[in-house]
Amino acid sequence: MVTLGIVSLLTDVSSEAVAAVLPLYVTASLGLTTVAYGFVDGLMQGASALVRVAGGWASDRGDHPKWVAAVGYGLSALTRAGLLLASGFAAVTTLVAIDRIGKGIRTAPRDAMIAASSDPRSLARSFGTHRALDTAGAALGPLLAFVILWLIPEGYTTVFMVSLGASVLGLGALVLLVPDVRPRRAAWLAQHKTREGRGLPKCKGCTCDALGGLEPTGRPFSWSFLRDGATRRLLLVATALGFLTVGDGFVYLALQDRDGFATQWFPLLYVGTNAAYMLLASPAGRLADRLGRARVVVWGHVLLVGAYVCAALPSGGIAPTLLALVLLGAFYAATDGVLAALAGSLVPLPVRATAIGTAQTVVAVARMVASATFGVLWFAVGREPALVLVTVVLAVAVPVCWFVLRRADATTTDAGTAA
Amino acid sequence: MTVRRRVAAFVVLLVVVVAGVGWFAAAELAQSRAEHAAPSDVATAAPDDVTGPRLVFRSTAPGDLYGRVSAVPLADLDGPRAVSPVACDRVDATTRGVVCLRTKRGVVTTFEAQVLDADWQVAAEWPLPGTPSRTRFSPDGSLVATTAFVTGHSYASTGFSTETVVRRADGGGAVNLEELTLVVDGAPAAPVDRNVWGVTFVDDSTFYATVQSRSLGRTWLARGDLTARTLTTVRDGVECPSLSPDGTRLAFKHDADPGPEVHWTPAVLDLATGTVSVLDAETRNIDDQLAWLDDGTLLYGVPRTEESGVTDVWSLPADGTGAPAIAVPEAWSPAVVRP
Repeated sequence: MVTLGIVSLLTDVSSEAVAAVLPLYVTASLGLTTVAYGFVDGLMQGASALVRVAGGWASDRGDHPKWVAAVGYGLSALTRAGLLLASGFAAVTTLVAIDRIGKGIRTAPRDAMIAASSDPRSLARSFGTHRALDTAGAALGPLLAFVILWLIPEGYTTVFMVSLGASVLGLGALVLLVPDVRPRRAAWLAQHKTREGRGLPKCKGCTCDALGGLEPTGRPFSWSFLRDGATRRLLLVATALGFLTVGDGFVYLALQDRDGFATQWFPLLYVGTNAAYMLLASPAGRLADRLGRARVVVWGHVLLVGAYVCAALPSGGIAPTLLALVLLGAFYAATDGVLAALAGSLVPLPVRATAIGTAQTVVAVARMVASATFGVLWFAVGREPALVLVTVVLAVAVPVCWFVLRRADATTTDAGTAA
Repeated sequence: MTVRRRVAAFVVLLVVVVAGVGWFAAAELAQSRAEHAAPSDVATAAPDDVTGPRLVFRSTAPGDLYGRVSAVPLADLDGPRAVSPVACDRVDATTRGVVCLRTKRGVVTTFEAQVLDADWQVAAEWPLPGTPSRTRFSPDGSLVATTAFVTGHSYASTGFSTETVVRRADGGGAVNLEELTLVVDGAPAAPVDRNVWGVTFVDDSTFYATVQSRSLGRTWLARGDLTARTLTTVRDGVECPSLSPDGTRLAFKHDADPGPEVHWTPAVLDLATGTVSVLDAETRNIDDQLAWLDDGTLLYGVPRTEESGVTDVWSLPADGTGAPAIAVPEAWSPAVVRP
């Protein structure tokens, strides 16, 4: 699980280093505008979200999450090599798009591997530790990229080379160091501890009384988990809360709109959020294991309410800006990894990766719709009224969502001990 | 493979990748250091030699003078340039001084605007929220408009967004142009998403700029009034306007086929008649706020395709009678100063 964290750290260093310099590279070095870039970016976020379900499904079907994840990481590493050769706008946006698809493919199988290799009782903490390492990479990447551009003013090639190196190391760590866990097979073996149970002859070398096939298949993959009440309620709540998560960009813009501190540090506001996320991810996971994962996911949105309040305050300053960033980071710590842990523990093991992928897709699509809608609202009624409106609706939605999910933690505990 | 072999293989990979990337980065760093320390291959003049009517611009000749604000006499555009000690990404100039937008590279990259006096001393400065885009003084140099992209991190990306602010040249009295009352086709249209960029001043209270609403899919030329605090749309499809010295025409970039793919061609709008002439003698995509060398000639920057970071300033007859030609090699962001 720590190894998987390091794989993610290296890959995030790789992708965030490129993401941080891409607007500069496209406008300053290629001499193009960012109009089309934003358009393609939005389109691909959607494609990435849908590919996640497919990645989870392939991982569950084949029972080899590692190899599905390797395809995703490999695809992203290939785009890094491509960036070294690409020169035009179309080539660059295509590569960014392929990178996003790679990210979509690998996320669910990776989370299934985390789930398979951790103790069910501390599942959320394992996800928290992974997300902390992942976020550390996301914070390191841009800093590394800007240090390179500081030392080598036109050093985009060097940034891409470092990014390629990091992604190759990430892929290498995955292929060489991460065991090829087979969640379905492992669960089957755990449930059938005796030789008879496994359909094997009573003793080694015996052939006469073989009971069945040697290869355990476990329960076959089935989409029927979507008909389960607890899963449905989780997806419903995740959608509802996702619709009220308007995107960090708007929070940063709101902060930037009203005070000089946030304007000066605008390009770095996300670093503050990431730092808080990184530090709080593991403790939040531990808290979720103890208090209940559904409880922490739902009530974690109160932190988001707090961040919106800070951003909507009429007067600015350093304190509310920093508080908003910390609350935003804490919100991600309390919800992102914990949601994967919750989704993974609600469903039977053979469909775990698909369930995690589905939950993440639902959240990602809902958030995209939220951002688009909020963008219109922002300009229609103004910054503060729009934020206040979302804050109020979210504050009302959190207790309602908790009511809907109130029994989910009991369900997961049962499933957790059974698995 | 055994676990030990796998770990050994990873260590080998680690060493190879770190050494390879390290070697590449070190070579690039050494080359970059050498290039930047090398003298720029341009003829230079003493600052006192270029004091009359002149073109102020950003020099993009590779070497130690890269990015420096420079000037050439209008009578000798490709002659020796007087190079200042100041480096900028985007400049505008009057007889009283220069406005300079700049990326401050570092472990933390930030962006700033500075107004510099005739002796290159900082008279005012303020932070920008992202990559510098355009800047213009008002004719008497008392107001300055700046446009910056509001971009940060990809996760923070809300698509294309600009921030355009008009201030006094001393840095005070900032007005974000998105706060002005927008009047579309004669009716106040306050509830609309909008981006404003590319200001060109008529005088100390009136200006033209581009206003875009993506939700409506429209891009307007708008006339702004700082006293009445209004932005009134004039017509569609005019981006990055630039007023001619005689005040009768606007040069702008024209997108013939609006859509995700943009291809901008220089064009001129006659303000009295409303006639637009598209200057399609220029076939390349031109993404710049055009400048007027005189009432008959436009100037704009074009990046060289084969040399990253190097640009040329091209000239084009404003009446569509001729082909583009390089006016100032290795230059960007031209501004005409007539004492």
